[in-house]
Amino acid sequence: MRRASLVILALAIAVLLPGCGGGGDSGTPLVKWYVFREPSGAFEAAARACSEAAVGRYRIEIAELPAQADAQREQLVRRLAARDSDIDIVYMDVIWTAEFAEAGWILPWEGTAAGELSTGVLEGPLATATYKDRLWAAPLTSNTQLLWYRKSLVPEGQVPATWDALIDFAERLAPGQNLVQEQGARYEGLTVWFNSVLASAGGAVVEGAGQDPEVVIGGQPTVRALEVLRRFARSAVADPALATNTEDPARLRFQEGSSAFMLNWPFVYPSAREDAPAIFQDMGWARYPGVTPDQPSRPPLGGANLAVGAFSQHPELTREAIRCLVSAEHQATYAVEGGLPPTLARVYDDPAVRAEYPFADLLRDSISDAAPRPVSPAYNDISRAIYTTIHPLRTIDPRKDAEALEDKVSKAVRSEGLL
Amino acid sequence: MTTQAPGAAAGPEALAPDAPPVVVAGRPRLTGRARAERNLAWKLCAPAVVVMLLVTAYPIAYAIWLSLFKYDLRFPANRSFVGLRNYTDVLTSSLWWQDLFTTLLITAFSVAIELVLGMLLALVMHRAIFGRRTVRASILIPYGIVTVVGALAWRFAFDPATGFVNELLNSEEAWLSDRVPSMIVIVLTEVWKTTPFMALLLLAGLTLVPDQLHQAARVDGATTVQRFTKITLPLIKPAILVALLFRTLDAFRIFDSVFILTRGANNTETLSILGYNQLVNRLHLGIGSAVSVLIFVCVLVIAFLFVKGFGANLSQQRGGR
Repeated sequence: MRRASLVILALAIAVLLPGCGGGGDSGTPLVKWYVFREPSGAFEAAARACSEAAVGRYRIEIAELPAQADAQREQLVRRLAARDSDIDIVYMDVIWTAEFAEAGWILPWEGTAAGELSTGVLEGPLATATYKDRLWAAPLTSNTQLLWYRKSLVPEGQVPATWDALIDFAERLAPGQNLVQEQGARYEGLTVWFNSVLASAGGAVVEGAGQDPEVVIGGQPTVRALEVLRRFARSAVADPALATNTEDPARLRFQEGSSAFMLNWPFVYPSAREDAPAIFQDMGWARYPGVTPDQPSRPPLGGANLAVGAFSQHPELTREAIRCLVSAEHQATYAVEGGLPPTLARVYDDPAVRAEYPFADLLRDSISDAAPRPVSPAYNDISRAIYTTIHPLRTIDPRKDAEALEDKVSKAVRSEGLL
Repeated sequence: MTTQAPGAAAGPEALAPDAPPVVVAGRPRLTGRARAERNLAWKLCAPAVVVMLLVTAYPIAYAIWLSLFKYDLRFPANRSFVGLRNYTDVLTSSLWWQDLFTTLLITAFSVAIELVLGMLLALVMHRAIFGRRTVRASILIPYGIVTVVGALAWRFAFDPATGFVNELLNSEEAWLSDRVPSMIVIVLTEVWKTTPFMALLLLAGLTLVPDQLHQAARVDGATTVQRFTKITLPLIKPAILVALLFRTLDAFRIFDSVFILTRGANNTETLSILGYNQLVNRLHLGIGSAVSVLIFVCVLVIAFLFVKGFGANLSQQRGGR
């Protein structure tokens, strides 16, 4: 008995030991890319292709981050604050640039390298990688939300252009297929939604970037935006689970067929093709709704940039790897396979991309007009202050909550108090 | 251990090491031999005490130290001493009081329900005639499941789109979108998860009740209810108090199930989540540590109330956990 267990232990050690080396083929420096698991495998494919193209100079290995942006940030921030040298390539949501740069967790791009990375990049995504006139990251993917609808329920030419028109239209449809899917859970996605409605109403959260921006939230546009959100949440066309819905549950509900509209990122398009072909055939798209009919809407701006971790042991190889990962060729792969819109303008003209994205031009226009979220090292606190104040949307009191937002955002900008 | 010193005699002194022997009223001065034995006891305890100090006292002291600073882990160079300002910031914030109230609500309801259910289960386990081991093992299953996994199962069960609960109840309630239904789900999850622990502690108490007492009472014509209230309950009162104390302290620090079910939305944020948000999400070590220290103080108050107020006697239940 005793001997048998010893033999098993020895065997286990013998089997496990070679796996512990980590490096594998020693000699090739390993560049670790911290990024979420992209379901289509487009990131892995690009990492493999870049490693092969580097012919032994470096090898990119993916280290998995959680799927949700909040959880991704929590993990990255915890590691970077502890000066983790394992992080070479930092996958950054567009809203983290100021925070990571100010904390000294990422290395800036200078001179010609910065110029090369910026060439041909759409203005919105480029601005998210820039902080205090310096380029801190390479734009990898951009994103914006579109208004998705069922062509059988919404005749062409009658697609609503404002939130009020959208709610009115949906309310006239038969119950059982009249829902409008949105993301109303208490998380970053709620700030995304609010920020877009606020910008469309002519307002903003803060003006100016840096550590001491001017807080402008709380005025008439804020009240108007809150009224729009409350009307939506209280209407019969909001999903019963609005207050807990995030992107994926919203997509699944749309695919079930109970909804006429959905506001969501374009990943829903390839997803529907795979999961719900009947709905996919019926899916139309239009620009994200605005607030006033005479003002063009300001759609949300998402996406991600790649930065060099400040504690990386091979910063130059990391730069090389990043240049490869954000190249036009790979951006087309992310778009076609993963449903992640490119940051380079010319990739939208790529025939392969246009074949997958019949709405490529709409995407490019939406991204150009998109409303960026506030640029501040305290962004995380600002966003928390916003979504904790307005959630759940049903209970909004526009005037009172506009004042509360002004008060809480002013504190959050200075990183004060409990949140 | 020496053969002459009964363990019980060493107990009370060991609990109050700093008090000089003369202060103990009505007791004779310790003899030289007793003193030597007590010194030996202290030497034998020393390694354990040192380890305890290292793993608990140091972090607690460090947290108290950190709580006196404005300290953002993103900008470690800007650390500045602010004295008690973090505490005034926390205690004047409505969020703290709101979360404290939420936490107390969850604690009170879940512990009360657990006590009743746990007692029933303990009686079943105690009186089970056949399959005693199977009964005990199966009751313990929920306690063996990882809290996060259990909470996810409950979240999916109550999801309006995919869950079975709404279909069972024939309702359209979005359970986790409102305060009251969310609290109900949280309390249910807590109860489901930790009732077995409560039952186990109570079972330990039940096994201490001598069967002769029940037999004698039955001869005297006492009913089942009378035997439970007059014999069982008074005899297992110490076990009940200890079980309540452990569960109250645990429930007060509730984190994982709420984090999974609502992430603190709909006004269900508990104090632990509040602390987590300051420390892990915002990296504000100063104010986050102040929250942690205040939670620690609350825990001390609860323990004090139980020990002094209700007379819970921890020393009789060592190893109960």
